[in-house]
Amino acid sequence: MDRSVQPLTTWPQRHQGMRRPHALVIAGTVAAGLPLLLAVFAIAGLLVQAPGGSLTEALGALSSDAYLWRVARFTVLQAGLSAIISVALAVPVALALSGLLADGVTRRWLLVLFAVPLALPQIVTVIGITAVWGEQGAITQTASAIGVDLPSIYGLTGILMAHVFFNMPLAARLILGALDTVPGEYHRLADQLGLSGFSRFRIVTLPVIRRSAGEALALVFMLCVTSFAVVLTLGGGPRATTLEVALYQALAFDFDLARAVLLTFVQLGLTLMVVAAIGLSGGDAAAGDTTGLFRPVRARRSHTSRLSFGSLVLVLATLYVAAPIAAIVLKGIGSVSADLVVRADVRDALATSLAIAFASASLAVVAATVLAMAAAEQAAGRQFRGKPGFAEQMALLVPSLILVVPAMVIAAGWFIGLRAFEMQASAAPFIIVAVNAAMAMPFAARLVAPTLRASAERTDRLVRSLGVSGWDRWRLVTWPALRPSALAAFAFAMALSLGDLGVVALFGSTDLVTLPLLILRSMGSYRSSDAAALSFLLALLTMALSFLAIRLARHDRDGAAS
Amino acid sequence: MFRPTTLFATSTILGLVHVTLAFGQTPTLTVYTYESFAAEWGPGPQVEKAFETQCACDLKFIAVADGVALLNRLRLEAGRTDADIVLGLDTNLTTEAAATGYFAPHETELSALAIPGGWDDPTFVPFDFGFFAVVYDSEVVTDVPSSMEAFLAGDPSVKIAIQDPRTSTPGLGLMLWLKALYGDEAPAAYEKLAQRVLTVTPGWSEAYGLFTNGEVPMVLSYTTSPAYHRIAEGSDRYKAAEFSEGHYMQVEVAGMTTKGAENPLARQFLDFVVSPAFQDIIPETNWMLPSAATSKPLNPVFGELVQPKKAIALAPAEIAANRREWIDEWIAAFSR
Amino acid sequence: MTAAPAVVLEAVSFAFGGGAAPFTFDCRFEPGTITAVMGASGSGKSTLAALIAGFEIPDSGRVLIGNTDFTGTAPASRPVSMLFQEHNLFAHLDAFTNVALGVSPTARIDAAQRDAVIGAFDDVGLSGKEHRLPGALSGGERQRVALARALVRDRPVLVLDEAFDGLGPAQRADMLDQVAALQQARNLTVIMATHEPADARRIAARMVFLADRSIAASGTVNSVLASDNPSVRAYLGSA
Repeated sequence: MDRSVQPLTTWPQRHQGMRRPHALVIAGTVAAGLPLLLAVFAIAGLLVQAPGGSLTEALGALSSDAYLWRVARFTVLQAGLSAIISVALAVPVALALSGLLADGVTRRWLLVLFAVPLALPQIVTVIGITAVWGEQGAITQTASAIGVDLPSIYGLTGILMAHVFFNMPLAARLILGALDTVPGEYHRLADQLGLSGFSRFRIVTLPVIRRSAGEALALVFMLCVTSFAVVLTLGGGPRATTLEVALYQALAFDFDLARAVLLTFVQLGLTLMVVAAIGLSGGDAAAGDTTGLFRPVRARRSHTSRLSFGSLVLVLATLYVAAPIAAIVLKGIGSVSADLVVRADVRDALATSLAIAFASASLAVVAATVLAMAAAEQAAGRQFRGKPGFAEQMALLVPSLILVVPAMVIAAGWFIGLRAFEMQASAAPFIIVAVNAAMAMPFAARLVAPTLRASAERTDRLVRSLGVSGWDRWRLVTWPALRPSALAAFAFAMALSLGDLGVVALFGSTDLVTLPLLILRSMGSYRSSDAAALSFLLALLTMALSFLAIRLARHDRDGAAS
Repeated sequence: MFRPTTLFATSTILGLVHVTLAFGQTPTLTVYTYESFAAEWGPGPQVEKAFETQCACDLKFIAVADGVALLNRLRLEAGRTDADIVLGLDTNLTTEAAATGYFAPHETELSALAIPGGWDDPTFVPFDFGFFAVVYDSEVVTDVPSSMEAFLAGDPSVKIAIQDPRTSTPGLGLMLWLKALYGDEAPAAYEKLAQRVLTVTPGWSEAYGLFTNGEVPMVLSYTTSPAYHRIAEGSDRYKAAEFSEGHYMQVEVAGMTTKGAENPLARQFLDFVVSPAFQDIIPETNWMLPSAATSKPLNPVFGELVQPKKAIALAPAEIAANRREWIDEWIAAFSR
Repeated sequence: MTAAPAVVLEAVSFAFGGGAAPFTFDCRFEPGTITAVMGASGSGKSTLAALIAGFEIPDSGRVLIGNTDFTGTAPASRPVSMLFQEHNLFAHLDAFTNVALGVSPTARIDAAQRDAVIGAFDDVGLSGKEHRLPGALSGGERQRVALARALVRDRPVLVLDEAFDGLGPAQRADMLDQVAALQQARNLTVIMATHEPADARRIAARMVFLADRSIAASGTVNSVLASDNPSVRAYLGSA
């Protein structure tokens, strides 16, 4: 054999240190800081304008305010229950989606369906939910026709039902993201060991989802803490009042900026306490011993019971999510007319919504990726051994806190700040994009982080031994692994931004009308059929975008497997 | 793939910004108003056209969510506002709005006004008004109450959706209506009302959406609401119940800011607001009653609406002074 | 042909975190020689390999390769190629790209380098399988791809960490012979962690025997395997 190949590379004599790329850690810190900065600046804006001494005064009033503490208690109660129920139901749904129908048609369509609750304005979905479960709802009426009287949904029940509708799909998506990183070897091993049912769940699945389920719990809690329209509309009366209502009273009716800031801190403090209690310490599932080469191959016959249980879970979850959407679609589809679609304000709103959503989702996914890469780098720095450091643990938590800073506070604070420089009109689009991106980033980060971490764990040694770094590492190693998750995160972030109207509505610029805002305006002027038609279009748009993202991700995966 | 996307989006947004900056030669009048007024189908576009033909100027609307948001916009701007005119506050807010010092006296000739009970506010000019009413679905509700008393004592299984006085103008209106009728006995009335309430929504849209969707057969709205369904949808299914005690009145007003006092167009606009050219537009776009004479009779449908025997209204100063305490009372009664 | 360097671990001490007992290594791997590193599970074979390759950094002591101190140098900057038992390939990149990464960490290569990569596939007997994904290759074939990459990387030290443990006897013998031939042709210093005495006998000249996180015996393969060091005897299962 001829071994006289000329040396292709000469090994470097120069000493290169073991330094980990600090640039990434700095970029990660910046990404984590973006949402924080948005919130801090807004709160500072409010405080600057609050009259001197009003803060201490408001603090004094706060401590003796029985109404407020009752409201705070109810806020935590409803958000806590909503989060627990949403995640408890999301776990079997995610399991069914990952196990039974991996890459199947059903999985794709369900993920498309699951994006819709994120994008529709809450008022529209609340009415959709009452069309199914309300006093005159389809299910209530059907049940009563066969002699079963379902209890009224107005009260805590209705709040929880709506919050589950909004958040179960979201939690399922996040948990599914983590489940997708479970190496095929684990399933193969579990099949070989004959693990089934609960023991399989406990040994193979639980360690992987414990972390993501904990994170989903915290995120859903945060989303429900700020729930306002849902809580009031389905809560039935003033007993069901959240801190956001008190905040609205303080900011809108009393224009008490100091009290608004303090209530924001109360909301943040309560959330931090609960999140700490949830304990994001969840286990670090090691992918290190695996190649990720194998896809699960299940012997279907031996899992018939799982199959039927999984199918049942999926059917019920699908019906639960699909029914209110179907009510909205049915109402909207008949109201869509050619006149509506070509109306100038509808076209403008569509363009504005898409532009804001594209920009926000891009920013959110880029920031989330940088953040998750920095966290993965930290994990690699400790060789994926031992406990994650403080920075690594905080990396995903800190940016999430933006979710419990009320949109009203952000909009008002930034308005005051920008007003000082006469920039409130020109900067509004950028603030709206930044806030939407910041709100979507926690979700995007949780979709890309498990993938990046698993990829880093599998390839870190190899890339270090080969010296593949920087752009080449991104191009050759990170991006191919990340792409499906990044696309999913992008679709997710887009749906969230499409539906958001918190900040858009409050900035009040005639030139920035989004589709949800147009829906709200229509509803506010008796034009319920326009609103129904536009809701249908928005749902359709969301599904189309999600479908596209899933198709792109799938195309990539097929390409890699061929 | 992200780069082109971001570029596209950014340029689109820059395009939008460009639009906002692309005016400037002709004199401009900036009017802050609420969204449904400025909407494509609202009075805004017609008002803009009508005023621009007589002023050779550019009328620019900046819209925020509602009347409460309007006042807050001014407060957030702390006197350095772009607005010459603020259009869309109501009598629940005028005392607080005047107290901010951001408004100048209107000095407008108001002899054409046709507001029940007259008008003597030196700062604000009323541009329309309406009466709150229980609106019902005539296909479901057969026993229509003829008074507030009868309504409160009615069948608790026939429900109404009302709005929260903490977050909504009609919600506040209903509370004031009961306060005006029952005074210190109002809490007992709230408790009776609570028996008939399906849910309390944060705004008018949620409650009315539940109503038109068939979820609840009654809703707190306006005597003029049925006019929309008659005229725009050709349906007389939804009707307002006339209450013998009278109906609580909401008056919507426009005011000139201290900045607007420097702009001759602002004064011209206030004159325009009480002129037939403006008033003709109101009934069938804002679905409220004109505050002053119109040039032609209203659509006959308006004549067939409930015409309250008595217009009830508490003085704005009294509302401002007691609102907080009354809301606490309302919450207590509803939480029982 | 580059001169083979000696690899020296000079009073190296290393401990995993959490108060674990430290590994202490003080030994020399002769240049241009195949040295087998043997010992029971947990004795420190993989740790020793990782210290040489640069995946772990000693708490104290030095790692010298050819008289140059590489103690704190990044893995890619060391004159070392390493073959792991698993994870030698990127699962989403085809075999060719995986090998090309050994020539250039950007995987962008010119025509001459391309020929060299093709030549390396030929050398390890994988001609025609360049464009398969790792998932479509057998375990032995995957290790050959990794060996082809080590060929094109052309580093004077080759560390094998139980690299052929997953293979059947015939494949295993074949791979060992390839390593031996490669060592001869390139004058490499080869350090081979294994738990199989037959592997050592087949191709190694020297052996370092590990027990309890440090070096228990060293010398020629035969002298170590025949020594009456109790750890060696216990490992071989003969008194």
